[in-house]
Amino acid sequence: MTPRKDSLWELIAGPTIWSVYFLVAYVAAAIVCAKGGDMDSLRIAILGLAVAALGAIGFAGFDAWRRWRRGHEAAPPHDDDTAMSRHQFLALATLLLCGLSFVATLYVALPAAIFASCR
Amino acid sequence: MTRIEHPAPPRDPAEVAAEAERLEKVWESPKGWRYWSDVNNSEVGLWYTLTAFGFLLFGGVLALLMRTQLAVPENDFVSAEFYDQLFTLHGSVMMFLFAVPILEAVAILLLPEILASRDLPFPRLSAFGYWCFLIGGIFVCGSLFFDAAPTGGWFMYPPLSTDERSAGIGVDIWLLGLSFIEVASIAAAVELIIGVLKCRPPGMRINLMPLYAWYILVVGAMILFAFPPLIAGDLLLEMERAFDWPFFDPARGGDPLLWQHLFWVFGHPEVYIIFLPAIAVVAMIVPTFAQRPIYGYTWIVLAAVGTGFLSFGLWVHHMYATGLPSISLGFFSAASEAVAIPTGVQIFAFIATMLLGRVIFSVPMLFVTGALAIFVAGGLTGVMVALVPFDWQAHDSYFIVAHLHYTLLGGMLFPMFAALYYYFPFVTSRELSRRPGVIAFWLLFTGFNVAFLPMHLTGLLGMPRRVFTYPEGLGWDGLNMVSTVGAFVFALGVAVVVVDMLRPRGRQPYCTRNPWNAGTLEWLTEVPGKPWGVRSVPEIDSRYPLWDQKDFVRHVDEGRFFLASAKEGKRETMVTTAIDAEPIQCLRVPGPSFIPMVAAIFIGGSFIFATFAWYWMAVASGLLGVAAILAWLWVGTAEIPEKAEKAVGLGLTLPLYASGPAGVGWWAMFITLLGDATAFAGLVFGYFFFWTIHDDFPPALVQADLVQAEVGLGVAWPAAGVALAVAGWALTVLARWGNRRGAIYAARLVLVAAAAISAAATAALLYAPYAAGLEPTAHAYPATVWILAIWVALHLAVGVIAQLYCLARSLAGRMTAAHDIDMVNTALYWHFMAITAAVHFAVVALFPLAQ
Repeated sequence: MTPRKDSLWELIAGPTIWSVYFLVAYVAAAIVCAKGGDMDSLRIAILGLAVAALGAIGFAGFDAWRRWRRGHEAAPPHDDDTAMSRHQFLALATLLLCGLSFVATLYVALPAAIFASCR
Repeated sequence: MTRIEHPAPPRDPAEVAAEAERLEKVWESPKGWRYWSDVNNSEVGLWYTLTAFGFLLFGGVLALLMRTQLAVPENDFVSAEFYDQLFTLHGSVMMFLFAVPILEAVAILLLPEILASRDLPFPRLSAFGYWCFLIGGIFVCGSLFFDAAPTGGWFMYPPLSTDERSAGIGVDIWLLGLSFIEVASIAAAVELIIGVLKCRPPGMRINLMPLYAWYILVVGAMILFAFPPLIAGDLLLEMERAFDWPFFDPARGGDPLLWQHLFWVFGHPEVYIIFLPAIAVVAMIVPTFAQRPIYGYTWIVLAAVGTGFLSFGLWVHHMYATGLPSISLGFFSAASEAVAIPTGVQIFAFIATMLLGRVIFSVPMLFVTGALAIFVAGGLTGVMVALVPFDWQAHDSYFIVAHLHYTLLGGMLFPMFAALYYYFPFVTSRELSRRPGVIAFWLLFTGFNVAFLPMHLTGLLGMPRRVFTYPEGLGWDGLNMVSTVGAFVFALGVAVVVVDMLRPRGRQPYCTRNPWNAGTLEWLTEVPGKPWGVRSVPEIDSRYPLWDQKDFVRHVDEGRFFLASAKEGKRETMVTTAIDAEPIQCLRVPGPSFIPMVAAIFIGGSFIFATFAWYWMAVASGLLGVAAILAWLWVGTAEIPEKAEKAVGLGLTLPLYASGPAGVGWWAMFITLLGDATAFAGLVFGYFFFWTIHDDFPPALVQADLVQAEVGLGVAWPAAGVALAVAGWALTVLARWGNRRGAIYAARLVLVAAAAISAAATAALLYAPYAAGLEPTAHAYPATVWILAIWVALHLAVGVIAQLYCLARSLAGRMTAAHDIDMVNTALYWHFMAITAAVHFAVVALFPLAQ
């Protein structure tokens, strides 16, 4: 099996989703708290968005895991001079970054579950 | 591409020597005073490193003066005013003139060698960055000797920095001098990103890339998104100081918090921008002294990339005490805790590597272990202050001073000392002495902890930062004295290092080649060193080629790999693909030139004259700088080679010219424009920030005619401006299309039309706020609209210059249908301009209508 072409953009899928989620949550909260707005809807929106972000990161991670497992090498370090080794390295790095992004997204969603007002 | 056979047939030694001689002639530095025109990465990197090291010593002396003042209560060693200058310059120098530049310096010095490349893709850009740094740095530091240094703290908060009674010319020196250096940092980021992605040796797939290159790639990308917001902030603050545009003046609709946002959107990622390249050196040193490959390579890549992203979600943790909504603080607290995960992962990977290998405790390794110990302590207090309630207690106290010094010295300075000992033989072919090294380490390690550990307590006992003295009997006296003693012990350690570094070593024998028995490519370097970077550009199939590849060094030395000679007498390096490093181009890089220095002097002049409000001089100097840059581009870039391709060795033939995404210039333009777009986003952020804090925006204002009226920009003129700008873009793209298809004359005509229409767009965009009668000094709204219009108009003006430049190149025969780098890059610039103009229109003209 020859691995398909890889790109570095896939590698940063997880953290990119986290970044977008973080920015949207921050901006939404800043606007609602400055301009007035319904705090409960804000919290529901942020938590709902968290579920969507976690789903997307989970999917990207699952996809990376599948790519990683389909390779020839059972375990890291994936340091051979072959397209397969490179492919598995990138898939594993993508998987790890998705894991980190998953945790970070959970963290960032927590305040929306806890704080009931802008004070 | 054929591979080297084993065993390789013998080569004629005379031929090998002749090749080497030719190569050396092409790459050697000019002699005499012309030496300073050199652009080779080994020379520029060395000047850069030494200059940054000089600033470290300067910043250190400032710290000693402060510690002397604080040794005893009610001390009058320095005045309050001078103390303010000391702490402001200490922070600014260490951050802007040492920590960030040394990463660029070391990367310029090391990266090409780590990638077995001859040089970085834009050597003159590196040189330009260096001269900018030197000029800006001397300007900022020199202010202290005229009692004119800035006093506002290294983060220069308004209103302290805008109040005429408390802030003199020092703030202008800070703003303009450091903005100038930030431009150099972005230049370095462009250089390093492309260096990592496009200038790796053949076969060095992305999974074989040394970790240092991974870290530098991440840091380059971070610089691109972190520095521009500060440049935007600097612009706003300087406009307020010089022309009274009230961005940060609450009485006229401004808000000082906007500065804090723009500063810390830069300032927090910056901490990681200086930490990651230093820890990257650790990732090179640890495997060498454990004599085994790094454990958890993929995990360290995770740490580098993950930290790069998360570090952008931390900036508000410097602003916990400003009264932002608690839910917002919660987001930033969460991200600040999350970043501890990747940071910890890489430290575990280093420890695992050490445990799996048999560690040789050399001086560099001593500094590495010291660094890890100190950094972990700083990281733990970091986890503490990331929590809002704890931070409210510790905010602006000596606890924070202790925390930040533990992270910065542990995360950056100690690794840099490790790098100094590790790479000294690489640069000078001679080792630093072991015994003084061990003594220096223990002086530094002990001194550091004696100085900074007590500060945690001093802070918890309530001593605030930045006070020039304190009364007796608050329980701070003894602790401060201990800290001062520690600071001097630390300084003694630095002195030992400096003496060992600078002492004459003419009689000391050269070290052996690859003295540490390392596995990575930079240790191919010859003893004594040669100017060519690498004798022949090797084919790589391992993470540690010097350990794993058979007869590797011999084959490199015998010129059996690529580009073993320089037949045409030109400096050349390889360009390869980003993922698998397949060779795609033989890149001719420019040689020595004074133009980068001249350009830096004139551009620097424009910043320096502006500091003293000599605006005509500033404009004249800036125009000369632009002229110098155009001359530089004209003679030194996008040269049409004398033949289309060249045989580079091992049966491989590569093109000498590549335009569009295949070429490095296109990527440089793309990356620069990403950074530029980020600065624009910073200004747009300012606009919406003001919208959130005002009930009515655009506001109702009392204008000059004393009629209270809703002011606004209107739609007509901005619409005309954006329509013309989009037309300018469309014509530029058309010119590129026509030129490539050989319709040279038509393309020239289209370029003339494009330049005329784009110039009209510039005028229309500037006329819009004028026609609406917006008075920039009246309120933050008109000021923001004006600054956005000026920003876009200036960029369009640069676009006009680019269009005319293409026209001139075409007329001069330097741009043809097949050789269209200039045209393709100009079209890319205009893609960004079309987007910028459209966003500008949506923000300033359409958004108010939606209110």
